[in-house]
Amino acid sequence: MNLRTIAFNNLRRRKGRMAFLVAGLLIGVATAVTLLSLTAALTMDAEHKLDSYGANILITPKVDELSLSYGGIVLGGVGVDPQQIAESDLAKIDTIPNRRNIGAVAPKILGAVTVQGERVLLMGVDPGPEFHIKRWWQVQGRPLAADDELVAGSAAAARLGLAPGDRVDLGGTPYTVVGILQETGSQDDSLLIATLPAAQHLLGKKGEVSLVEVAALCADCPVEDMVAQLSAALPGARVSAIQQVVKTRIHALEQFRAFSFGVAAVVILVGALVVFVTMMGSVNERTREIGIFRALGFRRGHVVTLILLEAATVSLLAGLLGYLTGMGATALLLPFLADSHPHLVWTPLLGPGALLLALGVGCAASFYPALHASRMEPTEALRAL
Amino acid sequence: MAFIEISALQKGYASAAGRVAALKGVDLAVAEGTFLGVMGPSGSGKSTFLSLLGGLCRPSSGSVAIDGIDIYALGQERLADFRRAYLGFVFQSFNLVPYLTALENVMLPLAVQKMAAGEKRRRALLVLERVGLSSREGHLPSQLSGGEQERVAIARALVNAPPLILADEPTGSLDSATATEIMALLKELNGEGQTIVMVTHNPENEAYFHRTLRLRDGLIDAEPQVARRLQAAG
Repeated sequence: MNLRTIAFNNLRRRKGRMAFLVAGLLIGVATAVTLLSLTAALTMDAEHKLDSYGANILITPKVDELSLSYGGIVLGGVGVDPQQIAESDLAKIDTIPNRRNIGAVAPKILGAVTVQGERVLLMGVDPGPEFHIKRWWQVQGRPLAADDELVAGSAAAARLGLAPGDRVDLGGTPYTVVGILQETGSQDDSLLIATLPAAQHLLGKKGEVSLVEVAALCADCPVEDMVAQLSAALPGARVSAIQQVVKTRIHALEQFRAFSFGVAAVVILVGALVVFVTMMGSVNERTREIGIFRALGFRRGHVVTLILLEAATVSLLAGLLGYLTGMGATALLLPFLADSHPHLVWTPLLGPGALLLALGVGCAASFYPALHASRMEPTEALRAL
Repeated sequence: MAFIEISALQKGYASAAGRVAALKGVDLAVAEGTFLGVMGPSGSGKSTFLSLLGGLCRPSSGSVAIDGIDIYALGQERLADFRRAYLGFVFQSFNLVPYLTALENVMLPLAVQKMAAGEKRRRALLVLERVGLSSREGHLPSQLSGGEQERVAIARALVNAPPLILADEPTGSLDSATATEIMALLKELNGEGQTIVMVTHNPENEAYFHRTLRLRDGLIDAEPQVARRLQAAG
C-alpha cells in the first residue's frame, strides 16, 4: 500500500469517472491530432500537386555566347547546331545527394525535319516523365506509346492537316499520328513529338540529348543546392533553376502552412481548455477526500503526488487513445477533403507530441487545484461537501 | 506535565454575520489513559475543540501541547507528520475512501510510511481482527453496514498505534444496538491504556467516560465528574 496503490485503485474501481476524464482529454487530443495530420496530408498533397506541375530545373549544353532570343523572338546566331549532352551522362543525375527530391527527369532532343515539304521542329521525348511534367497537355487521341508513333502540336497539325490515325512519312519511315495536342499558347504548338530513340535516329543524334527538364520536389529542398549538385555531376552542361516557378511554389506552400498552423493552434488551445476544465472539476470534486488524506497525516507533497500520479495515468491513456482516434478520423475524412488520393502521413513527432500534450495539459490542469486543496486546512476540506 | 495541555484556546471564524467566536478560551489538562467525553449543545464549539486538538485547523490564539509537543509551533508538513504519528481520527460520517477496500482503508495512514508492504498488511489485518472485521477485508465501504464502516474507521485510527484517538460523534449515525457495541469497543481499547477524546451528543455515552467536558457557547460549562472519575481511573 503506497500512493501508487491508492491512485491505481481509484482509477480501476471508479471506471465511470475515469472514462469521463479520459473522454474529456481524448476529445481535445483527438481534435488536435486530426487537424494536424489532416494538415500534414493536405500539405503533402498540395506539395505533390505543385511539384508535379512543370519543371523547375533546366539542364542545357554549355554555350559560349549569350542567348539572342526573348519571348519567342530569335535573333541570328543561334541557328548553329550547339553542343549536345550525352544521354549516358543522365545516369549521373541520380547520384546527387538530393536525388530523393527529384520528381521527374525529362530529357529531349530537338531538330528540324521535313514533312510534306514543310520544315518542322521535331522533339524526341521520354513519354512517361514528359507527359507527367506537362500536366497541362491535353491530348486529343492518346499520348505516345511506341517508337513509330507521333503526337503533333495544334499549330503543326493544322498546318500539315494531321488528325489522329493519319500516317506520316519521316525520313523514309512511316509514323502514325496517335494524338494532337490542344492549343497551349506555347512553343509546343508547332512541334512534332516522337519518342527519344526515334527522334535521335531521325536526326542522326544517337545517344545525345539537347536539354533536360527536371522537376524537383522542392517543398523544403534547397533548389540552389540541387543546381550546384547537378552542375558538379554534369560538368559539360549548364544547370539553372527556373527561379520564378520555384519562388511562386514556395510562397504558395508557405501560405498554406501558415494557415493550417494557425487553425491547429486554435484547436490545440480549445483541446487544452477542455482538458483543463475536466481535470480541474475532477480534482475539486475530491476536496473532501483530500481532507481525509491530510487528516490521516499525508503531507501536502503526498497529496499533490497522488493527484499528479492519477492525472499522468489518465493523460497518457487519453493521449494514446486520442492519437489513434485522431489518425482514424483523418483516414476517414481524407477522401472527402481532397480530390486526388492523398496518403495518411505518419508524422513521427505527432504521436509523442500528442502524448506530451495530454500529459502536460492534464498535469498542469490538475496541479493547481491539487495544490489549492492541499493548502486548505483539513477541517475546511472535510467540510467542503 | 499532563499528556494533553490546552491553554487559553480560542478560535474565531469569519462569517457573513461578522466574526463568530467558536471557542472563547479553554484551559484543560488531560492525563494519559483518560477517556474524555466532550458534550454540549449544537454550536457550543465541540467539533472546533476536537479539530484544534487534532491539529486540523489553527487556533486564533492559545496553545495545544500533546506529549509535550506544542503542535501549533510546528509547520504544516511537520504537523501532518505529527498527526500521522500521534493521532487516530474517527469521524462522524466515517470518512472512508469509497474506492478502497476495508483493508486498504485501514492501511491508508501507512501508505506514506516507509515500511515493507507485508508489514503494512500484517498490521492492518491485526487491527481489523481486533475490531472483529477480518472476514470483510476485501469489501468496499459501500458493501459494509454502518456499524461495520465505523469499525473500519476505528481500525484505521488504530493501525498506527497512536497515543491519542479523537472521535467525533462515532455513534451519531448508528442504531442504538450498534452504538452500544462501538462504545464497548472504545471502552475496551481505553481499558488497554488508549487515551481517547470523544465528542458526543448522546447522554447515554457519558457512562463510558472518565471525564466529561461540557461546553456552552465556546466555554467550559462544568465538569462535574472530573474528580470522581479521574480517581476511578487511578
